[in-house]
Amino acid sequence: MNASALAAVVPCWSCKGPVASRALFCSVCGAVQGPGAIDHFTRLGMTPTFDLDMDALERQYFGFQRRLHPDRFASKSGKEKALSQAQATSLNDAYETLKDPMKRAAYLLTLLGHPVDLTACGTINDRALLMEQMEKREALADATTPEQVAKLAVEAESEVIACQCHISAAFNAADLDGAGHLCIRLKYLAKLAEEARAKKSRITRMP
Amino acid sequence: MLLQLSEPGESPAPHESERGLAIGIDLGTTNSVVALARDGTVEVLRDAEGKGLVPSVVYYGGDGAVTVGQDARRMLLEEPDHVVSSIKRLMGRGVEDLKTLAGTLPFKLDVAADGGMVRLSVGERILTPVEVSADILRALRARAEAAQGKTVDRAVITVPAYFDDGARTATKDAARLAGLEVLRLVNEPTAAALAYGLDNAAEGFYAVYDLGGGTFDISILRMEKGVFQVKATGGDAALGGDDIDHAIAEHFLAERSATHGEVAITAGEAKQALAAARVAKECLSSRPEGEWVIEVDGKPSRHALTRVQLEDLAAPWVERTTAICRGVIADSGVDLADIKGVVLVGGSTRMPVVRRKVREIFGREPLSNINPDEVVAVGAALQAEALTVGSDTLLLDVTPLSLGIETMGGIVEKVIPRNTPIPVAMAQEFTTYQDGQTAMSVHVLQGEREMVDQCRSLARFVLRGIPNMAAGAARIRVTFTVDADGLLTVAASEATTGVEQQVAVKPSYGLTEDEMATMLRDSLEHAKDDMASRLFAETVVEARRSVLAVQAALKVDSDLLSPAERQDIDGAIGQVDTAIATGDRDTVIAATEALEAATKVFAERRMDRGIRAALAGMAVDRLDDALGGE
Repeated sequence: MNASALAAVVPCWSCKGPVASRALFCSVCGAVQGPGAIDHFTRLGMTPTFDLDMDALERQYFGFQRRLHPDRFASKSGKEKALSQAQATSLNDAYETLKDPMKRAAYLLTLLGHPVDLTACGTINDRALLMEQMEKREALADATTPEQVAKLAVEAESEVIACQCHISAAFNAADLDGAGHLCIRLKYLAKLAEEARAKKSRITRMP
Repeated sequence: MLLQLSEPGESPAPHESERGLAIGIDLGTTNSVVALARDGTVEVLRDAEGKGLVPSVVYYGGDGAVTVGQDARRMLLEEPDHVVSSIKRLMGRGVEDLKTLAGTLPFKLDVAADGGMVRLSVGERILTPVEVSADILRALRARAEAAQGKTVDRAVITVPAYFDDGARTATKDAARLAGLEVLRLVNEPTAAALAYGLDNAAEGFYAVYDLGGGTFDISILRMEKGVFQVKATGGDAALGGDDIDHAIAEHFLAERSATHGEVAITAGEAKQALAAARVAKECLSSRPEGEWVIEVDGKPSRHALTRVQLEDLAAPWVERTTAICRGVIADSGVDLADIKGVVLVGGSTRMPVVRRKVREIFGREPLSNINPDEVVAVGAALQAEALTVGSDTLLLDVTPLSLGIETMGGIVEKVIPRNTPIPVAMAQEFTTYQDGQTAMSVHVLQGEREMVDQCRSLARFVLRGIPNMAAGAARIRVTFTVDADGLLTVAASEATTGVEQQVAVKPSYGLTEDEMATMLRDSLEHAKDDMASRLFAETVVEARRSVLAVQAALKVDSDLLSPAERQDIDGAIGQVDTAIATGDRDTVIAATEALEAATKVFAERRMDRGIRAALAGMAVDRLDDALGGE
């Protein structure tokens, strides 16, 4: 209790007085503070959950950027410019992570002490997932007419959405193993959907 | 304006009026424009004839005189060897890059022994592209100062969205040489959208199609709740109306050769043919056909051209813009149907064939009611005002190109993909591939391709002091940081020992700090004063910040001081004000440091009180005030 109270107060770099360690600005002298080590949800003022209100997330992100972006500090001292850049960088990091369902799920799993490795790409341990993905890829490669490609793109898109729903259900049931597996599945589904979309726009825009 | 209240004896916040004016500059390949915004109204600064366009042409006279603009362009015919044009194409480029540039370059190059930055041989002088651009910026600055009768020392300068780190750094260096502090480098398409007030328009997606003299850019922007976001951007830094001029000139010269026989063309004749080609291109935007004269070997020849023929000649370049547009739209993940408007920028968009193509791509009539030559400078001026006076509009930009480092086998590993919102910092871990390897060379690249030789080399440095370990055991973390202007810093560290190295990426083809310093010394007299006065201004900003911070602290915690202590601090504050009035930077620095020392005990007591209050749980309200979000 006492330790956390101590950690909550740090000296403001500008007026040297006490300021809350999570404060964006010093309440006495108004100087912008550093971003500090807080999680992405806290940084954007959101409850840590997979089922984020995306409109609220965007509002929060814009709201914070409006106050902290380096453009707001163009006439300020060098130190304030540097701190605002650090703040804006942290906000971008938080927003880019939270707005993407796959990254959000993986981040939340990490916060909950159950990390999933999405960067170990190329290898699919799950046999069923592997077979499914190979079939879908072949189907996309074989599709030649705009109608076929459009149909596959819609299918891929709806599977992505379905997978996100399953992830949400897994988190709500506190099934972190399940959420982890679905997260990997989502990674491949999203990649396929992106390729289908790209092929669709290539094929439909051909003169 | 709101009344500003200040306590007796308290100095008000630094006044904007103490600073010089902040202008918007479109530093173009063919033409440049300077504009100034006041209260949201923009004035393009024009010459006596009412022309806003300043040709980006510099004449270096034998007597050391430097002339920029229309007068310099006139010298193209008389003394072509003393005139430099289209210098923007060489910004941030190395000698090796020049081979890839389309068309014949109107420059004589000085072949640098080190193979680094391009140097031009102009008359008796050897010049870098940065110096030539600085001369253009100086002329624009002088035009603004003459028009306003006031000092101009800050600017928003626009760059093509597709400009890489080297070209952006070169632009910033040129501004420094011209005595201008760059408030922000803004992408040209973004500036154009600002000029159309799209930040206040219906929410949604917008495209900006910018075909200028030397560069093509297409950007997809998103406007939502007053926030301006670049979703995707692409283009070609060596594609523009100049290419079409070249095609027409080559067509004329080929016709001439067919009837008059082959002869070698002098630089002057080539420039004259290009000038005729440009006139032909411009005329054919409003007329179906015409006839133009070129002169080679003292013999004039007449050449007829119809709009249909012109469109055939222009087709390869217009088609290239179409292909780039489609790629960028696909990249952005935005549906064509969701794009609510298309803005036209650049003189080349006056060509009917270009407008037709844009209509075809986007399926809608493009916005073109602001002069496409001036629209970028108008947006830059609005942004310059927003940055100095304040505004609600926010420009959130993205990286135009992917950034990565070289790994084994000459493959580029991307660290920051393109279209990532900036500012951004990203790190990636790499490892050693030999037992006992104690140094690692880090090669930073920019571009979308897989292989090192297909990307642009930005910088190389060596991380030394890696502990002696088995191959693959060391963990080298490379962090890329891109600021809001799109400029890169790279840091590398080894995780087990903490060996660290940081480089501000001065690109392989950029100027070193020493070269910059020499140029600043060698440039016109007042450039030195500019540097000194800017350093002083920065010091004063810092000093004022300290004073305001102490005064704010005194307002809440002055009961912690005895009357004598309070008097000391007030005295130190007075010293800072006095020091600022002297105009001497070192005096201000000393006074600011003295103020810091005089308030040391005060700060300690304030911290004690703050921690005690936090322990007692009494400071919750005050602390929570500072945590608010929006």
